[in-house]
Amino acid sequence: MTQTSLSEKLFDRINLLLLALLSLAMLFPIYYVVCVSFTDPAEHLKGGLLFYPKGLTLENYQYLFSTPLFPRAIGISAYLAVFGTLLSLIVTSSLAYSLSRKRMLGRKTMLRLILLTMLFHPGIIPNYLLIRDLDLINSLWALILPALSSGWNVFLMKGFFDNIPDGLEEAAVIDGCNDIQVWWRIILPLSLPAIATFGLFFAVAYWNVFFNAVLYINDFQKWPLQLVLRQMLIDSSTSVGGGTVLQEGQIINTESLKMAAVIIGCLPIMLVYPFLQKHFAKGVLVGSVKG
Amino acid sequence: MGRAAVTVEQNGKRQQPYGTGTRAQRTVRMLIRDRYLYFLALPGIAFFILFKYVPMWGLIIAFKDFSPYVGMWQSNWVGFEHFRRFFGNDDFYLLLRNTLAISSLNLLLFFPAPILVSIMLNEVRHRVYKRVVQTVIYFPHFLSWVIIAGISFIMLGQADGVINGILETIGLEKIPFLTSPSLFWPMLTLQNIWKDVGWGTIIFLAAMSGIDPTLYEAARMDGAGRFKQIFHVTIPGIRNVIMILFILKLGEVMDVGFEQVFLMGNAAVSNVAEVFDTFVYRNGVLNGEFSYTATVGLFKSIVGLVLVVTANKLAKMAGQDGLY
Repeated sequence: MTQTSLSEKLFDRINLLLLALLSLAMLFPIYYVVCVSFTDPAEHLKGGLLFYPKGLTLENYQYLFSTPLFPRAIGISAYLAVFGTLLSLIVTSSLAYSLSRKRMLGRKTMLRLILLTMLFHPGIIPNYLLIRDLDLINSLWALILPALSSGWNVFLMKGFFDNIPDGLEEAAVIDGCNDIQVWWRIILPLSLPAIATFGLFFAVAYWNVFFNAVLYINDFQKWPLQLVLRQMLIDSSTSVGGGTVLQEGQIINTESLKMAAVIIGCLPIMLVYPFLQKHFAKGVLVGSVKG
Repeated sequence: MGRAAVTVEQNGKRQQPYGTGTRAQRTVRMLIRDRYLYFLALPGIAFFILFKYVPMWGLIIAFKDFSPYVGMWQSNWVGFEHFRRFFGNDDFYLLLRNTLAISSLNLLLFFPAPILVSIMLNEVRHRVYKRVVQTVIYFPHFLSWVIIAGISFIMLGQADGVINGILETIGLEKIPFLTSPSLFWPMLTLQNIWKDVGWGTIIFLAAMSGIDPTLYEAARMDGAGRFKQIFHVTIPGIRNVIMILFILKLGEVMDVGFEQVFLMGNAAVSNVAEVFDTFVYRNGVLNGEFSYTATVGLFKSIVGLVLVVTANKLAKMAGQDGLY
């Protein structure tokens, strides 16, 4: 039955070739942007396509970091990604853990009410008015508090805690631990790999936050990185008071700067990507949202 | 009747130590026993109440003439006035048309793309090669829409876009990818495919790994080539997953990503780039027409809810696990 005939071989070759082309379509734009970002701006101004960094330089990056707005925006986004993630993990895991304990009275009702929030979204205006009434416009809390948790994350995490056997908990209770101590000292350390995965997903979401920032942060001094990037990449013609990234009178190749900015925006994602990839396949399976 | 049934259930083994006294007394005792557990749930519950349920309550402004100066409570009731205005307005048809067009194009092209790619990946025998391709194509999923929009401008721009540069070099005419209304919807679909085709394969690959390998063997014995194996073993093996995902996607047709459309929209394409959320943002948040745009948002939410619930029912009727 060795039918590794010509057609079989041809099939394999074409298949591999097409997949290589697909990968190339994903890689090329990013690779190109990396190249230009390290290219001498004067070289790039001459025009033509680049397939490697010509006249290797860090000038574009140095310029970005010399502006007041850019480093601050990175700081704000990093703060959101660290502090926001910690708060999200605490709020989500404590709720998910308690909802995974079957002895909890009213648990089914609470799960149903959380499910409802996944099916019905009141929309932009009521959320905006709430943040305004809470006096959080132009506060970084407006980017953290509404993103602390979500029905989806609670259900995924609860599904994970469901699988922790009761025996462990009982042993700790006999030793005099209450439920909070059990959660903090036993459940969390035990599920550290899973918690870390959720943490990475939260961190990526905080780093990438855009929609809420557009809605709630008008003061450019408090802009997270994505808003600064948008300003640079898309409305580079407009300037916002002292918030403009490009200083007046400076002759600079804005195209190369844009590319460097894109790379800085991607970099943290690239750094955590290997860790993300190890775990994420488990997180996206359907049917995990069950009471 | 219902109450009696509950009492019997509560008298089961687990509640035995709390089994004396009235039902209310037992409930209180259980609440006290689990007080730390409720304390643990408290921050999360407060979050859901404040940020998920309070806004639902806030939707009453869709039936009022909300004025920020007098507040939500003092504003006058107007009933369905805003709905009447919205449905009688050309805006409504424009928003609906754009939303449905973008969603349909996504269903038609963006939905099947990961199925095709996962079938191709499934045929790769070389493990390392497969792993490398997967690593590369999953990556764009994690990039923000701002980054993807930025890369799109760099690649597709009219004056100094890379693709147009290549087209010019080989003597072809430049294509106005970003400013042509007729190319705007396909460009959104293309972006979606670039971002999420890899991510989308995960679920299909998981389903394929559940296919019994002896089926492939049997097919080979019967002389089936690779294409025949794909059509008679692989596709039937993932048909259920395809169906349930398709139904669930149908339930989301009203949700066109705000960030993507908002970032890619510009004056030249404004007529095809306005969807419900961008309309609400511009007229509500920026122009302060809160009540009217809350109505627009409410309409979208209600249709979305009906669609998701119906889609879930359909999935269950088809013998599948629903979303819930």
